[in-house]
Amino acid sequence: MSAAPLSLRAKSGSTRVKDVAFRIAMLACLGLSAVVLVALIVDVLVDAAPVFGSRVLTSFPSSNSSAAGLQPAIFGTLWIIAVCALFIVPVGVATAVYLEEYADSSRWWNRLIEVNIQNLAAVPSIVYGILGLAFLVRGPLSLGRVVLAGGLTLGLLVLPVVIISGREAIRAVPPSIREGSMALGATQWQTIYKQVLPASIPGIATGVILALSRAIGETAPLIVVGAATFITFNPHGLVGDGAGFSALPIQIFSWISQPQEEFHQLAAAGIVLLLGLLCCMNGVAIYLRNRYENKW
Amino acid sequence: MGTATSAAVPGTSVLGTGRRRRGEDAIRVGLFLAALLSVLTTVGIVFSLLKETLAFFGDVGIWDFITGTEWSPLFADPQFGVLPLVTGTLLVTGLALVVAIPLGLGTAVYLAEYATPRTRRVVKPFIELLAGVPTIVFGYFALTFFTPVVLNGVFGMDVPTFNALSAGIVMGFMVLPTVASISEDAMSAVPGSLREGAFGLGANKLQVSLRVVFPAALSGIVASVVLGVSRAIGETMIVLVAAGQQPNFTADPRNSVETITTFIAATAKGDIATGTTTYKTIFAVGMTLFVMTLLMNAIAIRFVRRYRQVYE
Repeated sequence: MSAAPLSLRAKSGSTRVKDVAFRIAMLACLGLSAVVLVALIVDVLVDAAPVFGSRVLTSFPSSNSSAAGLQPAIFGTLWIIAVCALFIVPVGVATAVYLEEYADSSRWWNRLIEVNIQNLAAVPSIVYGILGLAFLVRGPLSLGRVVLAGGLTLGLLVLPVVIISGREAIRAVPPSIREGSMALGATQWQTIYKQVLPASIPGIATGVILALSRAIGETAPLIVVGAATFITFNPHGLVGDGAGFSALPIQIFSWISQPQEEFHQLAAAGIVLLLGLLCCMNGVAIYLRNRYENKW
Repeated sequence: MGTATSAAVPGTSVLGTGRRRRGEDAIRVGLFLAALLSVLTTVGIVFSLLKETLAFFGDVGIWDFITGTEWSPLFADPQFGVLPLVTGTLLVTGLALVVAIPLGLGTAVYLAEYATPRTRRVVKPFIELLAGVPTIVFGYFALTFFTPVVLNGVFGMDVPTFNALSAGIVMGFMVLPTVASISEDAMSAVPGSLREGAFGLGANKLQVSLRVVFPAALSGIVASVVLGVSRAIGETMIVLVAAGQQPNFTADPRNSVETITTFIAATAKGDIATGTTTYKTIFAVGMTLFVMTLLMNAIAIRFVRRYRQVYE
């Protein structure tokens, strides 16, 4: 009875030292990641400072670093993200509604859909690029290297994010809401459309914004799909001749690949713009989450 | 018309009109089709990879591909030994894990066991911030800051501009949030009664964290590491920017390496004609990558399921 407490007491001096050492080690882990994040942001800001300005935002790419700019890349990103959003919102929400409200999870095909979405979320982004290349750019659809192909490729890539967060938002609506609606004579779809979806919109919108902010920063799939790094016009249209496109991360990558320091500064300016955009989008997502958080 | 429909669909509710129910069914089918699209995506990926991969093995022997140590598909006398790409991938992944596992687990233990709710509110968004940085930005950081300033400056090394070491370490910080957040979930899922029991027996915070909570959450922690490995294997941009693109068959991290992902990106960048062996190479290598990450993911799901079964 007394043996265990005694042995603990005997060690207590050294365990206190160990406890403190462990706390310090954990804080060092956090501190190191904080230092890296701060160093990253400062490095980018310092590099971008000499060139950041209206010229970078409005000019077209050029082999002359003092005249080069981001305009087609900005427009390209806007086009791609618009296509991506128009694709993932209906498809993602429909899938989430189906899985939460209709699917009987004892059926094998519904379980297959669930496992499949889990797996898709872990497929490397470059593999989606290969899919886009084989199916959208060439092969069955043969769209060519156009806005539609880029937007759909990124859409497929981030679709699992929308589905997973959409399901969580729908699941958070309490069953009593559905039962009340049904009891008043509404059909299942009327209940979903008039009660469940409006109540889960903040959660769904947050998921969509997070998905789009992931899509904005994706580079690898767009490289494979064939975004252009040197382009002298803004995209106009989804397919066809005028629909060739660049994108912010693609332009940044292209400038990083140049050996000259001046191009690295331009890349840093592009990164500042990209990070600024991401911060705004995440800010909106956090605002939505806090402002419209339903407490049932 | 209402009776006709309800007679045709036995077993459905007798309430509501037939017209309404037909609309309901159409909606249900539409939603199901949307859900099916995700399955079609997988089928599309597997089909496109498999088709060109099989064609590739018509041109190149499968044994030469798996065991060859020279990778030069674009040379006049092309060699298709995939091993340099695989070792390059594993080298960078290993370096990333050396950073991500200790830092990620330290962060997770701190968040789950030590941090006050107020500190958690500050630290968690910070980890999410790290997770939200696009990988091209990490690549820029590795190339223009980590290699010249940290490795060659602070540590006085003499590494070339493009090297696996810098790419791997910076990638570790990209993988860290995955390890930290999933491990923290697993540790938070360990019931409080286990901790209270250990405290009741006289254990201190450190003993509870490391000898009770950590082993109890082990399957979730393993899952987080496996998912981290899968992210590291699939990461393209950091390596493409910072590790150069030379398929060296080496274990020395100071060398430039080419990984599976960077080969795909670098090759697809040039406009190669459909049907050539080079075009097929992208798919054969992509298949290798897809199989590797699928395997990792299957292992991770199995481990996650185990800790859910125990505590939820």
